[in-house]
Formats: sequence, structure tokens, C-alpha cells
Amino acid sequence: MCLGIPGQVVEPPIGGLARIDVSGVRREVSVAFVPDVQPGDWVLVHVGFALAKIDEEEARATLDLLAEAIAAELA
Amino acid sequence: MRYVDEFRDGRAAHAIAAELRTLVVPGEHVKLMEVCGGHTHAIYRHGLDALLPEEIELVHGPGCPVCVIPMGRVDDAISIAERPEVTFASFGDMLRVPGGRRRSLLEAKARGADVRTVYSPLDALAIAQREPEREVVFFGVGFETTAPATALTLLRARELGVENFSVFCNHVLIGPALRAILDSPDAEIDGFVGPGHVSTVIGTAPYGFVAREYGRPVVVSGFEPNDILQAIAMLLRQLRDGRCEIENEYGRVVREEGNPEAIAAMARAFSIRPDFEWRGLGPIPHSGLRIADELADWDAERRFEVPGARIEDAKACRCGDVLRGRAKPWECSVFATACTPEKPLGTCMVSAEGACAAYYAYGRHHR
Ligand code: SF4
Repeated sequence: MCLGIPGQVVEPPIGGLARIDVSGVRREVSVAFVPDVQPGDWVLVHVGFALAKIDEEEARATLDLLAEAIAAELA
Repeated sequence: MRYVDEFRDGRAAHAIAAELRTLVVPGEHVKLMEVCGGHTHAIYRHGLDALLPEEIELVHGPGCPVCVIPMGRVDDAISIAERPEVTFASFGDMLRVPGGRRRSLLEAKARGADVRTVYSPLDALAIAQREPEREVVFFGVGFETTAPATALTLLRARELGVENFSVFCNHVLIGPALRAILDSPDAEIDGFVGPGHVSTVIGTAPYGFVAREYGRPVVVSGFEPNDILQAIAMLLRQLRDGRCEIENEYGRVVREEGNPEAIAAMARAFSIRPDFEWRGLGPIPHSGLRIADELADWDAERRFEVPGARIEDAKACRCGDVLRGRAKPWECSVFATACTPEKPLGTCMVSAEGACAAYYAYGRHHR
């Protein structure tokens, strides 16, 4: 139950709820904890609640570090 | 970006593993604890243990909500569920957790109790609205990852005036559990892979005491294989440089301040219990949440009488040692014999996030 799953907001939220695509399945999820989400945003979903917006820039920063590790290993 | 596959690149995994070999001194022993059961599961699922140099030992922490629930609370849940007027709603992985005499909610259901599996506490509230003649009780379990969901559901129940709904609250806090582990005399843990999803709620600041008071580094990590390897590398770099800090590998999701809305919901709906018993770890001060007085009408513990008995763990069971990182699952004499995922004796075997279940599922039956 503790594992969050990334999902993408597909429609603008109405009344604190939004339709979210979680690995191909659409679910109605509470966005009360991430009030400013928009369609297209990725969120982390836990037991029917979006707990955090996933930050694309930060994700890229982590991937850049991983790419650096590969480059260092090849050098 | 889909935020999964990008963090599973095998080349990056091997590159980090190569770096790890340069970060350890041959023959030394570095003991790291991954606090969260989700990490334990990912480590064995992806075989990350095999990529680590032998100097690094991973021990598994208490961050599996199913694993830490004491048997007495399971018996209390069963006693509520067996009331004829009650519909008992629970996450699926709590149903097989054995209470005293190895009885579980699933067995109560087989004997006729109205026990239903829900995906979210909001589903339980919806049942209460649909079936006003039933007393619907939600089994609130989990750390700060699930507690905000229960909190918001309670607040919503009050707002909507749903009187036939209540929560049997067993939510726990990760900070006091970490402190209990650090205080145990033979802890000897060099650093912590911090829980990713709890931290989306509480942020990274609450781990400060681990560095300040105990001199141990913490790196909050995501759940993909390269997240975990990277977090381990960050811990080792700290140890090599003689640093001791709280770092965040999971910046795409975890912010330093956490999720203020979720924290506020918890603060409104809950108060902190003076102490709460943890399976295998015993009572830990200020580690559990109860329902706040202003929501007392939605508190199942105040609505129904529960036995409230404290039940000793079975003698053979070493869940307490496993949860503290003192024993590996295969060191327990009943592992994979009297205790299996089909018929668990201890809680660590029930949930996929439990260390014993992860070792069993991925064939780590011996060293
Ligand atoms: S094998 Fe079973 S009884 Fe032994 S520690 Fe693991 S869960 Fe507990």
C-alpha cells in the first residue's frame, strides 16, 4: 500500500477530484493535496490520492547524473 | 517521460556499481539500512544486492506498515469486523496478517464477517454513503504516506455528516521508529537509505536528528533501481568524505518542506498517542496517531469496545530482529517452512514490502 505509482492527469480537476491515467487505467483520484495540477501533469498516486507533482526538471537532473556515471565508466 | 523506464537503464546501474567498488575499502564492512519496505522489494526484484561490492551489507528497516502492526491490534480489528452491524473495509494486504492464534481478517470473512477490500479510504466512505444501514469501519494503517488520505477522508465524513462511518486508526510515524532503531544498543548502522514516499509528505527536514544527534547520513531515495543505487553511492561518498548530511536523491518528487497540505490535514484530523506498540519493536513513544478529539464521533475505538489486549509474538518468530536489521529472514528457523506467504506466521511474510516475503519471492533462501 505504501508504493506510489506515477500517473498523468487527463482532465481538469472538478471538486477536488481528477481523472488520472495510471499505467493505462483511468482512475478518479483526489487532488486535494496537489491543488494546482493541470491536465498533462504527472503526479504520484497513493491509495486514491495524488501526493506530489512530479517535477520534470528534477527528473532530468537525476537522469543527467546517471548519464554522467555512464560516461565516467566508459572513459 | 514516463518516470519509470528512464531510471532502469542497465548501463547506468553497472556504472554506479563500478563506482561503488572504488568507494569501499577492501575488507571493510559498511552496513546500510533501507528504511522502506518498498526499497527492500525493489532491491530483490531487480537483483541490486548482486551488484553491490561484498563490503556493503543492506539491512532492512521497519518501513513496512503491514509488518509493524502488533497482533493485539489485528485482534481488535477482527473483533470490530465480527460485529453483525459492521462492514469492515481494509486494504487488501492487511487481510492475511495473523493476529493471536494465527487468526486473520480473511478467516473472519470466511466465517461470515462483512470484510471488504478497498483501494482507498474514500472507497470506504462511499460504501457508508451507499449503505446507510451498515456501520462502515475503515482500517487505517500505514505511515505518513497513507495517513493524509485517512485524515482527509475523516474530515470529509464530518463535512458530509456521514454518521455510519468511522476509522480504526493505527497510523504510525517513521521518525520515532528510526530513533528507536538508532537507540537500540547493537544498531551499528552506518547510514540510511531514506523512505521516498513518506518523504513526499514530511519532506527531508525531519531526518535532521539522525545526522545531528546520531552522526549518521540519510539519503532519501526513489524506487527505481538506479535511484536506489545512486542513493547508496551518495551515502558512500558522504562516508568517504567524512560528511554526515541529509541528502535527497528523489528530487523529482520529494521537496525539503514535504507536502504542506497533507501535513495540515494530518494535524487537523489526528493527535499523537503517548506511545504505540510496534510489532517486534515494542512500545515506541509518540510514534502512533489517534483520531483528534474534535473528530471523536468518527473514531471506531471510541464507538466500539475492543479487547485491547497485548499479545506476545510467537516464540519462533524473529520479525522483531528482522525489522531492526539484526537478523536476515533466512536466519529465522521457520522461514520458508512454517512461515510462507500462503500461511504466514509473522507479518514480515505477508506484504510484498516485508523483508521475509521479498527474500522468499526472489529466492534468497540462503545467503
Ligand atoms: S520468517 Fe516469518 S516468523 Fe520468521 S521473521 Fe520472517 S515473517 Fe517473522
